[in-house]
Amino acid sequence: MKLKKNSPVERLWNGLFVENPVFVLVLGTCPTLATTTSALNAIGMGLSTTVILALSNLIISALRKVIPERMRMPAYIVVIASFVTMVDFLMEGFTPALYASLGIYIPLIVVNCIIMGRAEAYAGKEPMIPSFFDGLGMGLGFTAAIFCIASIREIIGAGTWFGMQVMPSGYVPVNIFVLAPGAFLVYAFLVAVMNKLKIGAGRRPKKEWDPTEKICGDCLSCMKLGICDEKPESCSETPAQTIARSKGTVAEAIAAPAAEKPAAGAAPSSEKKEATKS
Amino acid sequence: MNEKYQVSVSPHVRDSISTRKIMLFVIIALLPACIVGVVNFGPYALLILCVSVASSVAAEYCYERALKKPVTTGDLSAVVTGLLIGMNMPPQIPWWIPVIGSVFAIVVVKQVFGGLGQNFMNPALGARCFLLISFSSEMTNYAAGRGLTSLVTKVASTTDALSGATPLAYLKTGAHFDLGALFLGNVQGVIGETSAIALLAGGIFLLVMQIIDWKIPVIYLGSFAVLVLITAAARGYSNPLEFTAEELCAGGIMLGAWFMATDYVTSPITPKGQVIYAVFLGVMTWLYRMIGNSSEGVSYAIILANCIVPLIERYTRPRAFGIRKDKRQKEAGKA
Repeated sequence: MKLKKNSPVERLWNGLFVENPVFVLVLGTCPTLATTTSALNAIGMGLSTTVILALSNLIISALRKVIPERMRMPAYIVVIASFVTMVDFLMEGFTPALYASLGIYIPLIVVNCIIMGRAEAYAGKEPMIPSFFDGLGMGLGFTAAIFCIASIREIIGAGTWFGMQVMPSGYVPVNIFVLAPGAFLVYAFLVAVMNKLKIGAGRRPKKEWDPTEKICGDCLSCMKLGICDEKPESCSETPAQTIARSKGTVAEAIAAPAAEKPAAGAAPSSEKKEATKS
Repeated sequence: MNEKYQVSVSPHVRDSISTRKIMLFVIIALLPACIVGVVNFGPYALLILCVSVASSVAAEYCYERALKKPVTTGDLSAVVTGLLIGMNMPPQIPWWIPVIGSVFAIVVVKQVFGGLGQNFMNPALGARCFLLISFSSEMTNYAAGRGLTSLVTKVASTTDALSGATPLAYLKTGAHFDLGALFLGNVQGVIGETSAIALLAGGIFLLVMQIIDWKIPVIYLGSFAVLVLITAAARGYSNPLEFTAEELCAGGIMLGAWFMATDYVTSPITPKGQVIYAVFLGVMTWLYRMIGNSSEGVSYAIILANCIVPLIERYTRPRAFGIRKDKRQKEAGKA
């Protein structure tokens, strides 16, 4: 699937998956760990961040030609802080319970590095519409990620989901999952899963490393230097010639190219010395 | 040239000892304490020990099969981990708690980091702390076992609570406890920690067989004892020396010092580092037990010390023979 660069769909997909702020960029770790004790908290935190992120991206992008280069950080902060204050008051007024449980983490969105990062990396350079969708995509990616973490933590650690009992009554909650260590554990495992899905990292080479294996193309770093007589395709000389050129001993063969390289670069420095002398 | 010389990196001098043999010795050394635990707490304790060992070996086997890695259950390290987890369980624990602990120890603490030799903390202790935080009420429910009637009556006469109080909880208040009972193991606690003499016998066996070095356990216990003695004297306890002996015999310090702090993977390899590590352990255990709120802190002290081992090793790297710290080299580095 090839998406047009900077199109709204591409930006949303980028934020949700390709550059997921939590699992791929590993930004905004503090709210990720702290507000994922329950699914409801995570949704509240994620959506308020999304709103702030999309709107601040939009405004910063609109002002990108007005804001002087050297003063951009304070300018960004003013924009972000305005939106955070609005969301803060709105949440206090309309969702007091959620506001109380999120506590300091709502005001702290001001210094959330996802928002600062997107302003700096994207909204400060790109037009308004892509910036808005970039913010939306990143925000939704953040929401989806912390919702996953929070769901796992709440179900295992409390046996509930959105406050409803989902585990059988005989289930003993594993308390550690709603505490800080559980946040790190779940986060780490989900990052690993994401890596596996995304880049196939964690796949191991099938063959074990064998120190006696020939590394053809690089005779001097090969452990079979002096034993093997094959001429690798990429080399201009056979191993025997390599050794002969470096006067026969392995140690010298290894030392030879190292000595050659600085010789080329050494000339200017010696000239310099002479220059300083004179 | 017909004759080919095998080219390999050091070490070139090899011993006949293998991981499997070392682990076998550790298991033998742990057996006396296990036997005392089973005699003390009844057959259910034996079941807990078996369940822990079996689940830990099963976890290692399943994980390695699932990830198509070489299966290493034959080196018996999973058995040792399982046995240590079982010994860290209170005698009346539901059987599934050690199972969760074993899976956590093997999969999360050991295998995820790369298997034996790569884990940054002792798997059994990692699991113990995991379980202690997760199931705190079950993990601290030291209901009286079979052979504990004499103790229970003694407890009942002095306090209201019948179960729950371990010897350490007593010592925490500055009261004295029966040193003989602590030494022999006729007290409350987790399955494998109660008998100081059985653990000491196992530890000395490992010392004699040269499986462990004397530095870590002796300096750990020594530094802890000195600190406790000073504290007890400063607080005006009636018999500081006896109090210190009781602190040394009660709780998990014997098990921790001989079998867990000495884990090869998670303790420093440099002699100087081992001394620092052991003193750190002594100080941390003293802080947890005498200054902090809780009565026990050996497991937290050890996993905390495990985490700083890389740092200790970095600063205690021995000087290579013939190389000295060259001032000029340093200056060159700065420039």
